[in-house]
Amino acid sequence: MTAGTLLSQSRGDRLDLAVTGSWTAEHARTIEPLVDAVTRPNSAVRSVAIDMTRAERIDTYGAWLLERALRTWTSQGCATGIAGLPEDYRGLFEKVRAGTHKLTPEPPRPNSIMATLESVGRNVAKVADDFVLQTIMAGSLVVALKRILLRPTTFRLTSMVNHLERVGWRAVPIILLITFLIGAILAQQGIFHFRKFGADIYVIDMVGVLVLREVGVLIVCIMVAGRSGSSYTAELGSMKMREEVDALRTMGFDPVEVLILPRIVALVIAVPILTFLGSMAALYGGGLVSWFYGGIEPPVFLSRLKEAISVETFAVGIIKAPFMALLIGIVACVEGLQVEGSAESLGEQTTSSVVKSIFLVIVLDGFFAIFFASIGM
Amino acid sequence: MAKTPAEAVIRVRDLVVELKAHRVLNGINLDVYRGEILGFVGASGAGKSVLLRTIIGLLPKQQGRIEVLGTDLDQADEDQRQAIERRWGILFQQGALFSSLTAGQNVEFPIVEYLDVSDRLMTEMAITKLEMVGLKPDVYRKYPSELSGGMIKRVALARALALDPEILFLDEPTSGLDPISAGDFDQLILTLQRTSNMAVFMVTHDLDSLHTICDRIAVLSEGQIGEAGTMATMLASQHPWLRAYFHGARARTGRQAVVES
Repeated sequence: MTAGTLLSQSRGDRLDLAVTGSWTAEHARTIEPLVDAVTRPNSAVRSVAIDMTRAERIDTYGAWLLERALRTWTSQGCATGIAGLPEDYRGLFEKVRAGTHKLTPEPPRPNSIMATLESVGRNVAKVADDFVLQTIMAGSLVVALKRILLRPTTFRLTSMVNHLERVGWRAVPIILLITFLIGAILAQQGIFHFRKFGADIYVIDMVGVLVLREVGVLIVCIMVAGRSGSSYTAELGSMKMREEVDALRTMGFDPVEVLILPRIVALVIAVPILTFLGSMAALYGGGLVSWFYGGIEPPVFLSRLKEAISVETFAVGIIKAPFMALLIGIVACVEGLQVEGSAESLGEQTTSSVVKSIFLVIVLDGFFAIFFASIGM
Repeated sequence: MAKTPAEAVIRVRDLVVELKAHRVLNGINLDVYRGEILGFVGASGAGKSVLLRTIIGLLPKQQGRIEVLGTDLDQADEDQRQAIERRWGILFQQGALFSSLTAGQNVEFPIVEYLDVSDRLMTEMAITKLEMVGLKPDVYRKYPSELSGGMIKRVALARALALDPEILFLDEPTSGLDPISAGDFDQLILTLQRTSNMAVFMVTHDLDSLHTICDRIAVLSEGQIGEAGTMATMLASQHPWLRAYFHGARARTGRQAVVES
């Protein structure tokens, strides 16, 4: 098929145009400049005649380019005429002519300073909204828990155990590995720097206190937020997208009781266990490095550790774990239920679930530090 | 329309498709001609969508030959295949709009990928297509999640038509639409088909669509084309499934409407 062309001939105030070849989508790129060239404002031209007899094929692209030219001429005050339009294409031209082809203007954008201020304001308001939503979720959990306590048989035990396996049991290897490495790195750095003061032995105090009080629980919570919090958000979000949550509600079930409570209970059980395992792995890693890198024999390490830490040290870490689990669970579920129709929104909520839960876990850890300091633990 | 000797734009020969060791299509022979609307019917689960997905290359076939626009898709290299894909448009059952793009960007998507046209023309064509399927230009900036089911189908049709295809595949275009919208949609497909002389391959369960817009109907039963022909042939057929399908309780109103007209 030959590419479309536009032959033009000017006779005084009259412009004769001939459409030839195929005016189709694949030739639109070359045809558009031709059309633009003849429609340039030209005060000499008073009338335009288009001869279509040599057109081979026309599709919507060709039809619209012609129609656009006709509209331009009309707006310039030229008389226009089309001759020899094949019968086959009459319907197509009518269809194209019927359209407005105009985009409604975009709503005016406020200037950039205003827009920045506005988005800052909106984000601040959103923080407050998030807090409200999370409080509502915590409240609904308490209500659901109360119902469960009154009628224990309604608790979704199977679902809870299933989630416990996914967030607890299957997380064990990766948690052990990461905390082992963190413990080893802490010990190595400690020995390297403490050695300058001949204080190698205090590495054991540092690793013991740091791991049991802070690092063990924090690392585990960050891992759980990234691993399980995100999956909670994605699961609930896609259930929300496919109206499964609405279906549950219309059947008379409370989504909080059916979907969210088993998930959060599983998390609250799993995180303390993971924290314990993680802390042990970190101490083991620290002990190994102290032995091989610092030359501290295991019996020395153990006896020094016994002096350095107490049950309280361990308790401080483990008490925090269920609260952090609750926080991660609530944030993940609130974000999941906020997913809208699109795949993009699912991704956005999953990201913000992980970011918010890690941030809030660290903030909560700060509050706990103040709390334990004031009660002297 | 100028009537030229009908040219087969899709030619399927002895097609065999197996899914998980289950033979779904067993020796399909089917031609679709330029400028016709072919309605494709069959019981649920008979493999209508499988045939459609095999023709457009989403499912592998075990045996047989598929020619589209005179090109055997097995022999075609990457460039030839792409050239063919540029010349067909597909409307999926659920619309399959990209949810992260606006309706306008969805329609522009194939234009950006395949045609090197100016931004102005691209936007104008997207709006033209949206208007051709009966939508207002302000839909251009809306996201699929803000549109109703019927509007999603229309935007998806506009996207299928974006490159002015020669073949249009429709997978149950009227399912999930109310009877009035479904009727409008049928008329829309008919008008668009007549203005651009496309071949339309339509998988459908909608008896009204079959009655009002299909030039020819093909029936899939037991993995083969049981019968193919005009509505009159279908109504006269003695095939038991066809009798149940076209003469059943749900068929009556549609048939009466045709008889009365």
